[in-house]
Amino acid sequence: MIIAERKPLEDIKQMIAQYKKILLVGCGTCVTVCWAGGEKEVGILASQLRLAFRRDGGELETLEATVERQCEKEMVEELKDKIQQVEAVLSLGCGAGVQTIADRFEETPVYPALNTKFVGMPEREGLWIENCGACGDCFLDRTGGICPIVRCAKGLLNGPCGGTNKGKCEVDPEKDCAWTLIYRRLEKQGRLDLMRKYYPPRNFQAVVRPGKIEAQRV
Amino acid sequence: MARSFKETLNSGKFVVTAEVAPPKGTNLKKTVEHIDLLKERVDALNVTDNQSSVMRFPSLGTTVLIKECGGEPILQMTCRDRNRMALQSDLLFAYTRGIRNVLCLTGDHITVGDHKEARAVFDLDSVQLLHLVRTMESGKDFSGNDLDGGVEFCAGAVVTPEADPIEPQLIKFDKKVQAGAGFFQTQAVYDMDNFKRFMEYAHQVDRNIKILAGMVLLASAGAARYMNEQVPGVFVPQDLIDELRSAPKGTALRKGIEITGRLIRQIKEEAICDGVHIMAIGREEVVPDIMVAAGL
Amino acid sequence: MTTGVEFLPCIVAFCCVHSAYQAADAAGRMRIPYPENIIMVHIPCAGRVDTLHILRAFENGADGVVILACHEGACHHILGNIRAKERVERANALLREIGVDGRRVEMRTCAPNDGSRFARVCHELEEKIKELGPSPLRKHA
Repeated sequence: MIIAERKPLEDIKQMIAQYKKILLVGCGTCVTVCWAGGEKEVGILASQLRLAFRRDGGELETLEATVERQCEKEMVEELKDKIQQVEAVLSLGCGAGVQTIADRFEETPVYPALNTKFVGMPEREGLWIENCGACGDCFLDRTGGICPIVRCAKGLLNGPCGGTNKGKCEVDPEKDCAWTLIYRRLEKQGRLDLMRKYYPPRNFQAVVRPGKIEAQRV
Repeated sequence: MARSFKETLNSGKFVVTAEVAPPKGTNLKKTVEHIDLLKERVDALNVTDNQSSVMRFPSLGTTVLIKECGGEPILQMTCRDRNRMALQSDLLFAYTRGIRNVLCLTGDHITVGDHKEARAVFDLDSVQLLHLVRTMESGKDFSGNDLDGGVEFCAGAVVTPEADPIEPQLIKFDKKVQAGAGFFQTQAVYDMDNFKRFMEYAHQVDRNIKILAGMVLLASAGAARYMNEQVPGVFVPQDLIDELRSAPKGTALRKGIEITGRLIRQIKEEAICDGVHIMAIGREEVVPDIMVAAGL
Repeated sequence: MTTGVEFLPCIVAFCCVHSAYQAADAAGRMRIPYPENIIMVHIPCAGRVDTLHILRAFENGADGVVILACHEGACHHILGNIRAKERVERANALLREIGVDGRRVEMRTCAPNDGSRFARVCHELEEKIKELGPSPLRKHA
């Protein structure tokens, strides 16, 4: 799932300072689940912006909408009527959602209210962590299902660096050293031979940016 | 210096290396002073590569300077700031300037330094960098293309004998040996019993591997405690901290020099490993005093 | 305010039907006076109050908002008051982002039969909001 986080209010205010009437668009998929851009967050941000404008002696009129998946052309189509009534759109979708609306409604400026952060999973309620770096060349078969590319701060493939510290990472002592986790998992499974192997550098051609995949029809 | 570092390593002599840190800026005066002070006294001089992720005069440039001053440099190369192309280019250049020793490191993370917002590269890790050096020596670049004019390096690596847990570190040490590391300079070691245990393992991996024990000067009891608390993979035993604390005011540095000298002397007398790498970290001028204290 | 007219704050009190709402009745029965400018909103549980409800109150002219819930451990829906507390904190943070004193929102607890506590809390709130002055978020502030 895509994990995003709302931009600081000040940044959002500056983006839309010139407008009197905007449409806030949420997305019902990933960003709803990570509490960043669902219907609820749209309502709160709209209210907060109205109050903020009023605080500064102005007035902002808002319309609100939340589409099922903002990254799908067909699904943003339903915004048509509302977009006609406003000067600009503030999207609470991920970057893909922002661009889908911007591409479909080219006449209207579309602004991002979120910073799209990473592919993540919930660790507990309200906490999401990055476990997959979308590197395009999955390495998990060699590491006991723990990704060193993204969970090691340096993305090392051949074992821990000298900064590993009692199972934690030197960069952030709150975070586990991925290579200590990998070692423990492989040891438990009797597969430490995998860790002793040499792995050559990553192939950055695995995803040629910008990425594009055409599936085979079944 | 008539002998190359590689020859020194293989001569059976107790090897001593030290470290110089390039300046933040273009004022090389102090660096040259340190080079001149140490070049005849030690077997080779390491140059740190944007040490602690702080942007400085380049390691490569400083090794050239050492060469010009008549010293034997060890080029430290980290994977933090350059991708595999830039690393290879630098190695080609280094070779043409007579630099024959390279220490392959992963490098500290960008976020611990003074350009925290910069992109951390880490295209390679230290093991892959060793492979890269060995591949270039075969006359090919890292993509398999022929090189017009090859290279030959004495390539080394680092290891942290006090890493906790130690097992993953030992696996990586093994991989570095397999990748062709000819010598190791260790992270700071203070507890000789622990270090001897590590050396037993190292000799199981490769009887002939050359290991230089890392000696970081402790300038005060506070510095020693800091090392224990803040530097991963470093353990200063309590009795050394107490010894430093008991030193009369103003003599802690003296005491630190004495301790480092004593550890070096023990390593040499008991032939625990092949030599030492002295890191005085900002007090390079006392390295000769440490060597005197060690009886070198 | 420079008009010389005494500032009468508008306070919206979300009152849990299991505690504060009954306490308000108790205060009435006991003839304990409490400020008339408290607008009571009858809610089935403090946990029903959403962050957005709090913001909307300010949009509609409130100078202060309070959630009056059951004492901790006494919520009829177990966690309603705990959740309400989190939302009050969240609303505070959102208001601070706008540049408004977060003290304008708070949560208090009350037992259903404690009419005097209800009245006392209302007086305290009125005093506090009077000190803070009219909300800068009022439409014609």
